[in-house]
Amino acid sequence: MPQSVSQHVPLIALEGVGKWYGAYHALRSVNLTVAKGEKIVLCGPSGSGKSTLIRCINHLEEIQEGKITVEGTVLNHSASTVDAVRREVGMVFQSFNLFPHMTILENCILAPMRVKKMAKAEAEATARKYLERVRILDQADKYPAQLSGGQQQRAAIARALCMEPKAMLFDEPTSALDPEMVKEVLDTMIGLARDGMTMICVTHEMGFARQVADRVVFMASGEIIEEGPPEEFFRNPQHQRTRAFLGEILAHH
Amino acid sequence: MASIGFNELYFLLQGLKWTLALTLIGFIGGGVFGLMVALARTAENRVLQRATAGYIAVFQGTPLLMQLFVVYYGVALVGLDVDAWLAVAIAFTLHASAFLGEIWRGGIQAVPKGQTEAAKALGLHYVSRVRDVILPQALKIALPATIGFLVQLIKGTSLAAIVGFVELSRAGQIVSNQTFRPLTVFAIVGLIYFLICWPLSLWGARAERSLQTASR
Repeated sequence: MPQSVSQHVPLIALEGVGKWYGAYHALRSVNLTVAKGEKIVLCGPSGSGKSTLIRCINHLEEIQEGKITVEGTVLNHSASTVDAVRREVGMVFQSFNLFPHMTILENCILAPMRVKKMAKAEAEATARKYLERVRILDQADKYPAQLSGGQQQRAAIARALCMEPKAMLFDEPTSALDPEMVKEVLDTMIGLARDGMTMICVTHEMGFARQVADRVVFMASGEIIEEGPPEEFFRNPQHQRTRAFLGEILAHH
Repeated sequence: MASIGFNELYFLLQGLKWTLALTLIGFIGGGVFGLMVALARTAENRVLQRATAGYIAVFQGTPLLMQLFVVYYGVALVGLDVDAWLAVAIAFTLHASAFLGEIWRGGIQAVPKGQTEAAKALGLHYVSRVRDVILPQALKIALPATIGFLVQLIKGTSLAAIVGFVELSRAGQIVSNQTFRPLTVFAIVGLIYFLICWPLSLWGARAERSLQTASR
């Protein structure tokens, strides 16, 4: 239906994306489209290219083949398209990567002030709003090292939200956390999903996938092997490699 | 044998003034250009990386004395009539830039890669990434080595005597020749150097300890 095309323009689209590290073929003609408001969980064995894939979306890694489009901007190597994409897409890392020499509040206001040229008072108001939302407003004036892992990761989520991105990329956000802290971070992410944020999450938390994902995407050896709604994906995986992976991961949970 | 009185001490302190001035020039000039060298060394641009690596290799691999000669007589050979001050300032700046550049390169590279990635993901540009995120962490890491180099530089300024500067060591030599009391004079000169360098070394050691406890 051509008349409704504009409504169905995906927020993020990867077409035939290929990437090599030297001779190592990290991504093999990956196609993935993410609609506005959609939540994708990306899973797969380690080394399957899932982290590489989301790192290509905000150009932390360069692709050698194919095309990535974010909000109508085709990502090429020019600084202007990279800037445009990074403005729209926030990212949360496995190792938090908070700036250790700044307080939590300073971490949150840096990018809005430098990139969006926001006044300090306004940036602080925004920061407090999102710190409140991830429930660590009381930690605003502490340094990252004074916080627990779970609190640090929630601060990192707040920092990304302060740029008011249209989509969020999560790169194994709970993998570096002690087990008792995983839940508070997942709860924060679930809240974010409920509020309609477009999300791509690389995670092995299958409970989270069941609860919030619109689609689960399984990758192996740099390829998307299969994808589907969580119910279907978990109940009836089509591919042998998916079954093997799920068998292994569910046995541990 | 003449005695060492107020005039002799005053003469030594005049020399100390030049020692400190030369150190300051070297450190400030070396700080500014050394920062550029460090940034070029860690830039994504291969040409910049190689050019600065070569520069560092040359100035770390040759004696400061020779560098002073080359710059002092070199500029004269080219036909430029520059003040001895300027020539020495250039030589010390070039020397300090190479060492500080290399020290700070190490500091920059010791900052975890995730810091740059997080800054990039937030949309921060190069200048902000360097100024707000990388350098504050890198300079803290590099502080002990920077102080160590500063101590070397203070003592290294004595080589400026070779092109006619009467700094502390040269002043000591002159006083010693006048009074025929080399042991006393150089004991005083040594004590002055020590009183300046030792507190710096203590500060450096303390900075290093606080870094170690921070990383634990």
